[in-house]
Amino acid sequence: MMTFSPQLEQKFAKMLTSYPEGKKRSAVVPMLIYAQDEVGSITSELIDEVARRCEVTPLQVDEVVGYYSMLHRNPMGKYHVQVCTNISCLLVGGMELYEHACKKLGIGHKQVAADGQFSLEEVECMGACSWAPAVEINYDFHHHVTPEKLDQLIDGLRKAQ
Amino acid sequence: MAELVNLTINGQAIQAEKGTLLIEVARQNGIEIPAFCYYPGLTLQAACRMCLVEVEKTPKLQVGCTLPVADGMVVHTESDTVRQSRKGMIEFLLTNHPLDCPVCDKGGECELQDMTFRYGAGESRFTERKVHVDEQQWSPVVYFDAPRCILCYRCVRVCNEGIGVGALGVSNRGVISEIVPNRHDYLECDECGACIDICPVGALTSGSYRYQTRPWEMTHVGTICTHCGDGCRTTLGVRDDKIMRGNNRDSSGINGDFLCIKGRYAFDFVEHPERLQSPMLRNAAGEFEPISWSTAFATIAETFTAVKARRGKFGVVGSNHTTNEENYFLQKFARQGLGTKNIDHHRTGDLATFFDALSGKNAALATAGDLYTAKAVLVVGADLAQQHPLLSYQARANFRHHNAHIYAVTTGPVREDNQAIASVRVAAGGELAGVESLRDKLKAEGDLVIVFGDSIQGDGLRKLVAFGDSLGIPVKYVCLVDYSNSRGAFDMGLIPRDGGMSIEQMLAAKDLDVLWVVGANPLKNAALGSTNAFVIVQDLFMTETANHAHLVLPAASVYEKNGTVTNVCGEVQKLKQAVKVMGTKTDLEIMGSIAKEMNLNLGIWLPDKVFAEIRKTVHGYDVSLPVVDTGGAAPTMPLNGRVPALPGAIQSAGDTLFTSGSMSRYSKILNAVIESPGGLYGGKEPEVSAQSPTASGQMPGGTVQS
Repeated sequence: MMTFSPQLEQKFAKMLTSYPEGKKRSAVVPMLIYAQDEVGSITSELIDEVARRCEVTPLQVDEVVGYYSMLHRNPMGKYHVQVCTNISCLLVGGMELYEHACKKLGIGHKQVAADGQFSLEEVECMGACSWAPAVEINYDFHHHVTPEKLDQLIDGLRKAQ
Repeated sequence: MAELVNLTINGQAIQAEKGTLLIEVARQNGIEIPAFCYYPGLTLQAACRMCLVEVEKTPKLQVGCTLPVADGMVVHTESDTVRQSRKGMIEFLLTNHPLDCPVCDKGGECELQDMTFRYGAGESRFTERKVHVDEQQWSPVVYFDAPRCILCYRCVRVCNEGIGVGALGVSNRGVISEIVPNRHDYLECDECGACIDICPVGALTSGSYRYQTRPWEMTHVGTICTHCGDGCRTTLGVRDDKIMRGNNRDSSGINGDFLCIKGRYAFDFVEHPERLQSPMLRNAAGEFEPISWSTAFATIAETFTAVKARRGKFGVVGSNHTTNEENYFLQKFARQGLGTKNIDHHRTGDLATFFDALSGKNAALATAGDLYTAKAVLVVGADLAQQHPLLSYQARANFRHHNAHIYAVTTGPVREDNQAIASVRVAAGGELAGVESLRDKLKAEGDLVIVFGDSIQGDGLRKLVAFGDSLGIPVKYVCLVDYSNSRGAFDMGLIPRDGGMSIEQMLAAKDLDVLWVVGANPLKNAALGSTNAFVIVQDLFMTETANHAHLVLPAASVYEKNGTVTNVCGEVQKLKQAVKVMGTKTDLEIMGSIAKEMNLNLGIWLPDKVFAEIRKTVHGYDVSLPVVDTGGAAPTMPLNGRVPALPGAIQSAGDTLFTSGSMSRYSKILNAVIESPGGLYGGKEPEVSAQSPTASGQMPGGTVQS
């Protein structure tokens, strides 16, 4: 059995009552995301715990973890840089942006820099097509990103430490 | 009758029940809409896109497996557009599918192969490198070859819904999606192989069958599984007198396509090297020495005749997995030929009290089909999923398809808890009190099937039937018994009636002259009291009892004989010989030959002739021959007249999903999976503290209900 911070426990308790009777399974995705933020990654203990709370099998939670790219089995960096390379972003330089990010950070898809500060992920559409190419760092969106703008963003975060 | 609608499929006017799925309506009218993911009885998936059809007045192709028929619908299933889309789908499915049909187990009976032949797409425009993943072994039974998988989810659904285990899932997304087992790299499950059987391609293959043969090289023999009492029909694939596989590919019989590990794989005891293949007589030095059959028959006939002449004491122990014909012939031999009443078998359920308590009632015996159609099912003192997997499957299917109310009164957690509207945990012996606590709920049901184990016997059984009577609704019963023909053994009269001795009394008697054991192992945990008894054993293997014998005869197994067996619900089904093992004889032939040697006239010992006599003389067995002969299950109704109580103990052998008496000791596959958690009641010891039952019923969502 795992326990979380009182705030998160409160959140989960409310979450489990927000779905119709017998549909606790609906809470799997939000529970995983919030728990990931607190724990750092989706561990097998976390999978078992979410399964227990949502009354599904660990395998059913595992399927969800495998499906969604924003759920990570290994801890990501303090700043998780997500670059979209789906069609809208691709057409206006998303791929170049992603490759630039690889060079800048010296890491590839779903990898974490040696200092643990940055990690990189090539993601699918984030729904920010109108402002393509888009980059998401942790939960913050950045629109119309160019390689130069990305450099500034990353350098800024480095300085902030 | 539900509302009917008129529709047209391929120009053919068709009437169908409103709301039926188009794919089903087409099939019922002889029009095939191909599909990989659709499987009757499982939830809809709409994953494979093979069943796309053209429906007039809708702009796009429609998914036939999820489309309910409506009035005035005009459907085309073989138009150019539809054929083109199927060809495109096949080409898509083949992008990563390896072209290894010549070595694939499924080759020749592969749905993807058939569809490719029918719709083309032999040439692929996909020139990129195929995604390859090495094959994995998940258990002694299940192998997975990911590249062959077309992600139809049939295996995932059958494991979740049909079997109720949920050991398979799908991980990742897109081109790297693959089926995953519940323990990351291995399976912890019933090892039933339903996923392998249901796989439309060769992605899931079985450890015992893979790379052994091609489907067209086998003859397929439909017979009845010899392990538990449920009497599932299994189709044995036989090549060169060797059983290659078991399945129920034609979905015939009471079990449809359901089989557990025993029916699908545990036929391998047949060819175990330790099978007895010659009669053996203990010599002066006390060692077994092979002898000829004629010497064996002569020795037995001489002993029997001598003991009979001096009015000595016989003890005859029959089997609960030999055929009805053999059981009938054995008791006739004992009663008429030897003049003894001392005849018994290992009784695993209190059928005597059961039939007596139900005497005079109509339609009180439930069939395996009733568990699927009843409004409510009450399981008392049994772990059905472990001991009677078919009955458990039926109840589960009833819950899924008809929202049947399942109740469980058991000493530990059972799989039925997941479906149960109320589960009651009781201490051993508290079952009846547990049942009583459900009275008000049960009274409100439309009809009920009560399934009970060996903890309900004698007075308790009468009380349970009285309880059923008092509910005021139609109630049917299943008295659970182990092994493939326990019910038949009782019905045929392998019981110590009219003052005969029970097994316990035979073993205890100091003056027993002959102990004749046919396919049983009474000395497994007991000693023989009489030191002078001549012990004759007919069996497949050198059991503990055979080890005490003076004369051992090698018997044929159920897969090597014809005849009939009666399942736990009293349904008679026909066996068909699949193979022959050198040196063995069927028990019927052995008994017939001994009778002949003794100059006894007990009638012809051919299965059909003996069955004809059974139909005439055994109460309730005047069953429909066409039903039995065509592989159906004919219910028997031996419910008339009092049945006196019998001496002797009644106890289930407590076999689990992976054990089956002495036979399972010689099955490699059952021994290979033995580490899987297969204990009764989740492997937990029954609680003994509680005085009164504690209700802990759970709805599928986990709400405490009871």
